[in-house]
Amino acid sequence: MLVIVIGTSAGGLSALSTLLEALPASYPFPILVVQHRGKEPRELLEQVLQEKCLLWIKQADEKEEILAPAVYIAPPDYHLLVELDGSLSLSSEKHVNYSRPSIDVLFETAAAAYGENLSGILLTGSNADGARGLESIRKKGGFTIAQDPKEAQYPVMPEAAIALGAAQQIWTLAEIKTYLTETLLNELHEEK
Amino acid sequence: MTTEEKPELKQFLDAVHQVHGYDFTDYSEASIQRRINHFLLLKKIDGMEELKKLVLKDEKLFEEFVQELSVTVTEMFRDPTFYLSLRRQVVSQLATYPVIKIWIAGCATGEEVYSVAILLREEGLLQRSIIYATDINQKSLSHAREGVFDIDHMKTYTVNYQKAGGKTAFSDYYTANYNAVIFDQSLRQNIVFSPHNLSVDKSFNEFQLIICRNVLIYFNQRLQNKVLNLFYESLCPFGFLALGNKESLLFTDKRNSFEDIDKKEKIYKRLG
Repeated sequence: MLVIVIGTSAGGLSALSTLLEALPASYPFPILVVQHRGKEPRELLEQVLQEKCLLWIKQADEKEEILAPAVYIAPPDYHLLVELDGSLSLSSEKHVNYSRPSIDVLFETAAAAYGENLSGILLTGSNADGARGLESIRKKGGFTIAQDPKEAQYPVMPEAAIALGAAQQIWTLAEIKTYLTETLLNELHEEK
Repeated sequence: MTTEEKPELKQFLDAVHQVHGYDFTDYSEASIQRRINHFLLLKKIDGMEELKKLVLKDEKLFEEFVQELSVTVTEMFRDPTFYLSLRRQVVSQLATYPVIKIWIAGCATGEEVYSVAILLREEGLLQRSIIYATDINQKSLSHAREGVFDIDHMKTYTVNYQKAGGKTAFSDYYTANYNAVIFDQSLRQNIVFSPHNLSVDKSFNEFQLIICRNVLIYFNQRLQNKVLNLFYESLCPFGFLALGNKESLLFTDKRNSFEDIDKKEKIYKRLG
C-alpha cells in the first residue's frame, strides 16, 4: 500500500489546502503531514483544513494505526514518527532543524518503514528541514517531489532539497495535484 | 516494509537486556532506532554488529549508550495550561492532606520538578510536601540535583511561568551566574532525587499525585499498561495522575479505575 508524506512550513497552509481540497473523501492512500506550527496544544490547523476538505483530517495520536482514507497531521510541539508496524509514534525529543515537529523525522522514519511504497512531497518553507528527509525517501526507493521554487511562496525549503539531489521531480502545485489524483488513482485502477 | 532492521534491533536489545539488565525491548522502536543511529554517528561506530560487540563488553561505553537512549528533553512550566489546571483543579484537594507525597516519574534534568516545587510554594503547600523525582538516567539526575540551568532558556521559561499563573517574578527563584542560573536551594529541601527504572522497578510508596509527562510516548502499549498499573498501585484512593497532553489511559486495562479531572490536560483521579 502506498503512503504519502508531505512536509511544509511558511506558506504551507495555502499550499496544503490546494492539494488536500482536490482529494475525494475516499482517497485510498494515507497521508501524513508535518507543517511547522506554534507549540500551543490546539487543533486550529486541522479545523481550518477540514473546513474545505472532503477527506478526513485529524491530528495524529500516538500509537495510532495508519489507515486510509485519512490525513494525519503532526501535533504541536511533538515529532511524528512512523513505526515499522504501520502505526504512529510521538516524541518530545529536541528540536531538529529548529523544528518540532520536524519534517526530517517524519520523512526518515517513513522511509525506513515504507521503502518503495512511499511518495514524499516537500512544499514551501523558509528553512532546510525536510531536505535530508526527502533524500532519505529517495535513497530507500520512494518517489520524491519538491514544489517548484519559482512558484513556492517561500522557496528555501524546496531549494534545499533540490540542492541535495533529493527531488526526482520539481513540480508546481497543479502538477502535484494531477499526480495525486489522476496518476496515482489510475495506477491503482490498472492494478485492479 | 523493511524487515531486515527489525530483527536486528530486537536481537540487539535482547542482548543488552541479558547482559546489562536494562530492558529497552518494550520501547517504541522508531525513536530507539533514531537514537541508536545518532549514537553510531556520534561515536563513529560502523553499524549494529559492531555496536553490539562494543556495548556488551565496554562498561563505560554502555553507560554512555544508556544515557543516549534515555535522555529526555524538557522545559520549565512546559504546557502552561497544564500547570494552571493543577492550580485550579488539584491543589485544593491536595491541601486536605497533612503530608502531600508527589512522584514525578521520568524527571529528566529536573525542570518539571522545580516548576512543581515553585507552584506548591506559591500555593502554600511546599512545606508539607515531599516530591520524589525519579529517572533512569543518572546523568540527568545529577543535573537535576544541582538545579543549574542554561541562562538562554530563562526567557522562554519566564513566559511559560507567567502563563502558568505564576504569582510573582520568575527571577525571584534563581540567581544568574555567567551563562547559567542556579535555582533557590530552599526549593530543594522537599525534593528527593532517586534512580528508578519504570520498566522493572516496583512501587515504593503511596502518593497523592503522580506526574509522568511525555515518558509513556516512548513505551509500546504493553509497557504503557505495565507502568500505568504501577502508577495505579502507587496512588492513594482519589489520588491524581497527570500525563502529557498527547498521552492517555487508552492502552491500560486500568482505564476504568480512573475518572477524568481534566480531559484536555490529561489529569485523572483514581477512583476509590
